[in-house]
Amino acid sequence: MEKALEPRPASGSRAKFIVGGLIIMAAIVYLIVSASRSSAQYFYTVEELVTKGAAGRDARVSGAVIGDSIQYDSQTLTLRFTVADVPADNAEIEALGGLAFVLHQAVTDPDRARMEVVYNGVQPDLLRDEAQAIMTGQMGDDGVFYADELLLKCPTKYEEAVPNQVEGGG
Amino acid sequence: MIANFGFGALVITFLVSLYGAAAAFYGARKNSPAWIESARSAMLLTFPLLTLVALTLIYLLVSASYEVEYVASVTSNSMPFYLRVTALWGGQAGSLIFWSWTMSAFASAVTLRNWERDREFLPWVILVSLVTLAFFLLMSILVENPFERIWQISTGSIVVSMFQPAGSVLVFPSDGNGLNPLLRHPGMIIHPPMLYLGFVSFVIPYAFAIAALVTGRTDDRWIRITRRWTLVAWLFLSLGLVLGGRWAYDVLGWGGYWGWDPVEIAAFMPWLTGTAFLHSVVIQEKRNMLKHWNMVLIILTYDLVIFGTFLTRSGVLSSVHAFAQSAIGPLFFSFISLTFVISLALLGRRWGELKANVQMTSLFSREALFLVNNLLFIGILVVCFWGVIFPILSEALGFIGSAIPALADTFTGQKVTFGPPYYERATAPLFAGLLFLMGVAPLAAWRHSTAKTLGRAVWKPGLASLLVPVLAYLLDVRHWAALLAFWLCGFVIFVTLYEFWRAARARQRSQGESLGLALWNLAGRNRRRYGGYIIHLGVVLMALGIIGIEMFQTETQGTLARGGELTLGRYTVVYNDLAVFDLLDEGRNVARSVVNVYQDGQYVGDLYPRRDYYYESQQPMTIPGVRSTLEDDLYVLLVDWQPISTQGATFKVYHNPLVNWLWLGGIVFILGTLVAAWPDPEEPLPAPARLPAVEAGVQS
Repeated sequence: MEKALEPRPASGSRAKFIVGGLIIMAAIVYLIVSASRSSAQYFYTVEELVTKGAAGRDARVSGAVIGDSIQYDSQTLTLRFTVADVPADNAEIEALGGLAFVLHQAVTDPDRARMEVVYNGVQPDLLRDEAQAIMTGQMGDDGVFYADELLLKCPTKYEEAVPNQVEGGG
Repeated sequence: MIANFGFGALVITFLVSLYGAAAAFYGARKNSPAWIESARSAMLLTFPLLTLVALTLIYLLVSASYEVEYVASVTSNSMPFYLRVTALWGGQAGSLIFWSWTMSAFASAVTLRNWERDREFLPWVILVSLVTLAFFLLMSILVENPFERIWQISTGSIVVSMFQPAGSVLVFPSDGNGLNPLLRHPGMIIHPPMLYLGFVSFVIPYAFAIAALVTGRTDDRWIRITRRWTLVAWLFLSLGLVLGGRWAYDVLGWGGYWGWDPVEIAAFMPWLTGTAFLHSVVIQEKRNMLKHWNMVLIILTYDLVIFGTFLTRSGVLSSVHAFAQSAIGPLFFSFISLTFVISLALLGRRWGELKANVQMTSLFSREALFLVNNLLFIGILVVCFWGVIFPILSEALGFIGSAIPALADTFTGQKVTFGPPYYERATAPLFAGLLFLMGVAPLAAWRHSTAKTLGRAVWKPGLASLLVPVLAYLLDVRHWAALLAFWLCGFVIFVTLYEFWRAARARQRSQGESLGLALWNLAGRNRRRYGGYIIHLGVVLMALGIIGIEMFQTETQGTLARGGELTLGRYTVVYNDLAVFDLLDEGRNVARSVVNVYQDGQYVGDLYPRRDYYYESQQPMTIPGVRSTLEDDLYVLLVDWQPISTQGATFKVYHNPLVNWLWLGGIVFILGTLVAAWPDPEEPLPAPARLPAVEAGVQS
């Protein structure tokens, strides 16, 4: 293909591209820094929140849902439930025997730190006993966690379900 | 055993890939056409082999062979035939098989093309494709094997393994766990394969880029060959993203379409670099510039594709998509780091040869604006990447925070995450900048363009577009950001239509064609350019939908007795009826409500928001009743009801203005991509000086 040969531009022209690029990059960095300062959410465990609080920060916390505690007032769409402390780290959960097992243990162990959660909105489909709730919100002075956002995860539990369904060996 | 057969085929495919990669490397090194031809045969053999693997797995899924653990985990007796087939990509193990299968199909298709002019690329393209394929097959064999079966050993406990443990018997569960009900949606059936096809087809341009770097044939040939592949990859990826949004809107029951979930971001990141790449290759073709940059972009895209495949299925991040946990992380990261480092090393070796012999001169030239466009795309990528990676960094780099108090807020040593507000705040100005460029760039001239010439081209559509915010203001839009956003949308639409009109008029005058014919021929002659403009129009329509739902969504909720009503804006929703019944053959209980919808007091129809309860997975699923018009969506959710009397029921109602333009824009976008990617007749061959030797190579 034809090569368009042009004289190399004077260094002044190069400088203006560099300045332009730097301005754009600075703007991007500014956007990232300002957005991350204002909307970072800090991970806590239930135990940390219950014992130390969150110092007014937006907190993100994960816990095992205790099925019996789920109350839903459909008049006001207020959802209340209690979660039990689970380790925050995925690797730790794996080491302890997997998510399903850890959640089950957390729910059955009465000595675990527990925390009441209030959430306003539609009851999520996945909310049930021994589900992992991942919540974002603020710790109130009353010791209740006010969640703005509620995500749920249910581990598959075929290992436990299979023995009851065995029909025959082969 | 059928499962053993499938596993055997899988292992053989892996060995064939390894052999092919080695043969390609040896053949290229020794310049031996016979070895390269052998590598090509190996490449072509992987496709029928993987078809066999995939068909075996589909057979197991369809025949309800629950002794196979994967089958038991993603299917159940109550699932219809088509869901059983699509359960191939319902879980991680099957997804990886599907990935490899399509990868092999695409790479085989590439090796079947006419290589006469690009003989030196062939072994390296095969090598890159087969190494990638072998990696995914290895993953399937070692970690995510879909053919593993469930065994009961003599102590009574259950193990999952490929081969029979000593003294064990095979377990035949009578039913499986079933696919998560949330995934039983038509959108979910085509959304993952579309994303995967997009991911997989980006491997092809990367393979050519690496071939160009290795062989030193670093002109724009590799870009010209892969132009269409890149567009097709981009088409699939875009389609996958739009379908995912639609699925979230229909199924997840929160009236949203995009939640800045880490998994969504993982699929979005290669799209960002891919889009930047699509734009910047034009600069290389037209002006012979940005050659390094294009290499960097395609390398990034490839590794983001691998990263995306890993994130979407690994469950490392908490998200709605995390249906599986797995141990494939370290392997993936090693592969990503390795390919990234090797690619960059190759690029470094050719750095000098890739130097452009021309330079940009004007800040207002089209190439300069393309460069800004690239910077903005990369900016959004950095925002996304930072958002995904920062939580890990902030925790690991806590010591910086404790050493330097000024940074204590940033590096806390505590696990941190970013919610949607972070992404919205950081990316909104960048998206606005991209819209602005979309309006300005088509009017800028190549090479020499000054603020004055550009201003002269822009002022007419710019002035006309001011009508849009004025109109919006008269319609009671008061928020400055919304007015600005509407203006940007109007600006791009006016510029794009103006471009079509100007060119069609010129053609009409010079060729004496009618305006319609002139438009048709115009798009036909320069498909990439006008296809691109259609894509821009699609993007703007999508932007309208996003502005509508993000800035003007309203909601209300309430518990109603029969005949009670809820009012939201111009709409009134009246609770009419509720029925609860079992659909046993589908394994679910359905609570279906009937609500009458009135607009400005006029009855406009009924909606049936419902809630299905799936017995086997003990999971409810909320399905909204949606009334869609071009103006807005009325989105009604059945939240709760009194179980005994079915008298009272709770509803949540969203009003989502303009949201349909998001989907319509998506369709326009896809059409534009099809126009741009439509095959041209093959370019004429250059002087056939090297052909005889090449011919011999193919024959031997």
